[in-house]
Amino acid sequence: MTSDITPTRMIAYRLILVVAILTVWEFASGRLVAEFFISKPSAIFAAFERLIVSGNLFFHAGVTASEAFAGFAIGGTAGIVAGVLLGRSAFLAELLQPFILAFYSLPKIALAPLFVLWLGIGMWMKVVLTATVVFFLVFLNTFTGVRSVSRELVTIVRLMGANERHVLGKIVLPSAISWVFAGLRISVPYALIGAIVGELIAANRGLGFVLANASGQFDTAGVFAALIAIMILAFTLNSLVRLAERRLMPWRTHEASREVTV
Amino acid sequence: MTGASLIAFRGVGKTFIVGDRAVEAVRGIDLDVMRGEFVTLVGPSGCGKSTLLNMTAGLFAPSVGTVRYDGGAVAGVNLRTGYMTQSDHLLPWRTVAANIQVPLEIQGRPRGEMHDKVAGLMELVGLAGFERSYPSQLSGGMRKRAALARLLAYDPETLLLDEPFAALDAQLRLNMQIELLRLSRQLNKTVLFVTHDLDEAAALCDRCVVFSGRPGTVRAVIDSPLPRDRDLLRLRHDSRYVELAAALWDMIMPMLAQTAGEGP
Repeated sequence: MTSDITPTRMIAYRLILVVAILTVWEFASGRLVAEFFISKPSAIFAAFERLIVSGNLFFHAGVTASEAFAGFAIGGTAGIVAGVLLGRSAFLAELLQPFILAFYSLPKIALAPLFVLWLGIGMWMKVVLTATVVFFLVFLNTFTGVRSVSRELVTIVRLMGANERHVLGKIVLPSAISWVFAGLRISVPYALIGAIVGELIAANRGLGFVLANASGQFDTAGVFAALIAIMILAFTLNSLVRLAERRLMPWRTHEASREVTV
Repeated sequence: MTGASLIAFRGVGKTFIVGDRAVEAVRGIDLDVMRGEFVTLVGPSGCGKSTLLNMTAGLFAPSVGTVRYDGGAVAGVNLRTGYMTQSDHLLPWRTVAANIQVPLEIQGRPRGEMHDKVAGLMELVGLAGFERSYPSQLSGGMRKRAALARLLAYDPETLLLDEPFAALDAQLRLNMQIELLRLSRQLNKTVLFVTHDLDEAAALCDRCVVFSGRPGTVRAVIDSPLPRDRDLLRLRHDSRYVELAAALWDMIMPMLAQTAGEGP
């Protein structure tokens, strides 16, 4: 359901809302609530500006982004491959089901200390943590997608002489791809959770480190500035997945734009 | 038409288990289809006509009796048949042209040849100009035509057609019938053609198999008096065709009256 307000007006209303909240925040800070706890917008912007000017923002955001991205790519690829494999092989799926369920129920973040022991506090520990989190989300979605492929379509191409490779490439993967993307999309915030929690636990760089460092120095404005940077990073990653989705599933756009008939 | 039959049904019966109920679809079917023959199957709804096509395609085995194809029992998917079912089964993620191209890709044809063949088929089924449309953007009739073009693209020896033209308008249906008849004669295709349209059944067939319903049994097999090469456009003026269609009507009408009271 959309309201009948024009897009430009909606943007204007949103701007008004943001300005109102920032004004109240700025006013309340130090008067109604101690500035120590909530800082104030002007101080946060100043801290954010310092992060940009010093070049620290791009350095730390770059570190976090590469960790999240590498983990996302590794975990996503492994999840897709495992999902397709188990989706197509009833034997493997049945064999591994209890183990997968056991690992799935485990909060993946709890593995972080183990990864520190194995890999140290460098970048790889965050990458592996992120990949583990992303893997399960993408795996489960891909598995479901592969399992829900229309058996009629598979039969139709089998009659055309298709072998397992044809069935996989022409039917199973394209038909599961919307599930895969659903998995990838919900993985984006989790990829960042993996990278940032990893940095909070043990790191000397990355946005999670900036966050922990600012909080350690009781620099509330710095904490908020780091949070803004993380938000921008998450937004960017999300947009990239959406872009890839539109490029790889053009028929979806057509279906969405079609007039509805019954 | 001499020699051994291409498709042979011997005492074929098929029972499906639907929930906790056994539903007998067909019983005691004995039927021979010769190579190059165009056989139409008519009868009331739910009398197991599609079941026979499914068994010929090897999608499932009969519960009793045997289905033989070119001398051998059908076991597993029968790659010498092409099947066009009631629903079109196009791939929603491919454009119309790419859908028609699927069987050619499976056969590993070179790109240029595929392109030419797809263009020719699009023209044939009247879809030129819709190459880049997705199935969801087409009408039901257009999707049927695309599915027919895909079937013709892989050129199977036997065509199993389950009401292929039901969704088409009269003009287009006639064009498709003419093309189908021309192609099947020219390439000596064997065709099993299920239809509810008795005029269509009479116009196309070398032989017409009339089923009576539930469980489906063969009521009659009628040889067409029409020549193999016939002009569908002038058929209305052919007394042999008119008589054949009338004979089919006389046979089917009492069955329709019988089943009218039953639900599906």
